Amino acid sequence: MKISAPSDAAGGCAHEDAQPSRRRLILRHLLRAFGTGPALVALVILLLVVLMALFAPLLATADPIAIAPAERLSGSSANHPLGTDAYGRDIYSRVLYGARVSLIVGAGAALVSVAIGLVIGVLAGYFPAVDSVIMRTMDGVMAIPSILLAIALISLTGASLMTVMVAITIPEIPRVVRLVRSVILNVRSEAYVEAAVTLGSPVRRILMRHMVPNTIAPLIVQGTFVFASAILTEATLSFLGAGLPTEIPSWGNIMSEGRSYFQLFPGLVLWPGIALALTLLSVNVLGDVLRDTLDPKMAKRT
Amino acid sequence: MLSYVLKRVLSSVPVMIVVAVVIFALLRLTPGDPAAVLAGNDATAEQLAKIRESLELDEPILVQLLTWFRNLLAGDLGESLLSGIPVVRMIGERVGPTLALAAGTISVTILVAIPMGIVAARRPGGVLDRMVMALSVLGFSVPIFVTGYVLIYLFALKLGWLPVQGYRPPGDGLWSFAQRLILPVLALSGVYVALVARITRSSIIEVLGEDYIRTARAKGAPERRILLRHALRNAAVPIVTIIGIGIASLITGVVVTESVFNLPGLGRLVVEAVLARDYPVIQGLILLFSFTYILINLVVDILYTVFDPRIRY
Repeated sequence: MKISAPSDAAGGCAHEDAQPSRRRLILRHLLRAFGTGPALVALVILLLVVLMALFAPLLATADPIAIAPAERLSGSSANHPLGTDAYGRDIYSRVLYGARVSLIVGAGAALVSVAIGLVIGVLAGYFPAVDSVIMRTMDGVMAIPSILLAIALISLTGASLMTVMVAITIPEIPRVVRLVRSVILNVRSEAYVEAAVTLGSPVRRILMRHMVPNTIAPLIVQGTFVFASAILTEATLSFLGAGLPTEIPSWGNIMSEGRSYFQLFPGLVLWPGIALALTLLSVNVLGDVLRDTLDPKMAKRT
Repeated sequence: MLSYVLKRVLSSVPVMIVVAVVIFALLRLTPGDPAAVLAGNDATAEQLAKIRESLELDEPILVQLLTWFRNLLAGDLGESLLSGIPVVRMIGERVGPTLALAAGTISVTILVAIPMGIVAARRPGGVLDRMVMALSVLGFSVPIFVTGYVLIYLFALKLGWLPVQGYRPPGDGLWSFAQRLILPVLALSGVYVALVARITRSSIIEVLGEDYIRTARAKGAPERRILLRHALRNAAVPIVTIIGIGIASLITGVVVTESVFNLPGLGRLVVEAVLARDYPVIQGLILLFSFTYILINLVVDILYTVFDPRIRY
């Protein structure tokens, strides 16, 4: 049991500030939660995907965008472990590079939607004057299915990594706003906040010191789900042909290009599909574990 | 009751207006000349002028907004930039496969997911529960187009039991119609079954902790009756809610599934319109899908009072 050590440390700091020991407690819970079973497997898979993305140039057996008509649709060989596509491009190398796009899009969308959602959510939760306008707008945006909203944005701006990321991030924002707003509304009625307001603390201080810290745990959990959802949306868009141009290999557009040859060469579609499914599965499993650990109240609800 | 229905109906009107404004604003607030974007790189001046005219982009923005709302109220979604066919007519011609797919998926979901959730909830943490939970994470994570191709690979290519792709209207014979819907419905149901099974499980677990369940057990009511009559009935509200909210992911799923299985429905129409840069069609379909979502959730909210007479407004 490698977890026994922190318990001494937690005992030792009992006379310290309450904060660090609570943090250590959460950390210990997390270590325990991630150290076993499906969560550990998920963590390992995700780590492999990150390594794939980081070291794609080293691991690749060929240039992922080099076209070689002579070798088109060849089966598995030493040079092309997973075969080649209709342009003679190496599937294995394209799948490796595809991990980069997925992780960049996922992480980008998670960070940006959480940041923007936090600001808008705090405004809506703390200032009743703007609340209903913001929330009705969010309801409206949420009523538009996210893929369709992203498709509309992309068809209006043209597809590049940047526009695809923006188009994926915007539909994720309303859910973050709702979450932050509900936390702020809850905390607002707490006695210590009332006390701070009565004592005349500046709004900035109340928000930064009493409100925002309460949103961190749910936001980490939500961020994980946005990460998964953004990866899925990017893959879906690219699969439908409305996403990234094929010079940027992404799991979605590799599958999209392989579709016409699926009956003869199922690997063109199945390999990137497996990579995508495993990544999403791992992120969702980790999200569930994070939620159960950081946010037991939310875990009970869903 | 009636006043609640009325209030709820009225409250969804502003959301619809916001949706209509957002969709209107998408095109007009795009940086640069929207007509140029829609026409593509190699457009002639005439093509540009034609797009501008048919979308009335030269009018002041408020006039455009008024026209947009007036047309919407008249059920006019504009015309395709390519064919000139009214968008409403195109929708009418393509709605069949989509409705068949959606109806099939919702039926499969209700028939499979709710029993799965009940079975799992009987012994939380037990073998069956863990199996159901694992299946639900799997169903939730594996994208529809991956599931779809795996199903085609297994059942159409390897086993040869079902056709690979395509659609036949029910008029051409029920079996050939149903045969081509089996795999699409299975692929699309995965996500949905996962969602509903999970929520059924957790709401039944919650209800099973209530006093009246203990009372029912104490008076010796059979387990079956307790689960179906006492627990499921009281857990109905969250289950119905999630079915309503899940319509959003169902719509996304329809677009993807129709592409995988070559079903000529509304989802294919969106993708065709995107590839052809036919913006009025894209816009009309987004509006249609969003309004469908809002209306279904309206119906769900009203259904609450039927499922749970305790809810009074």
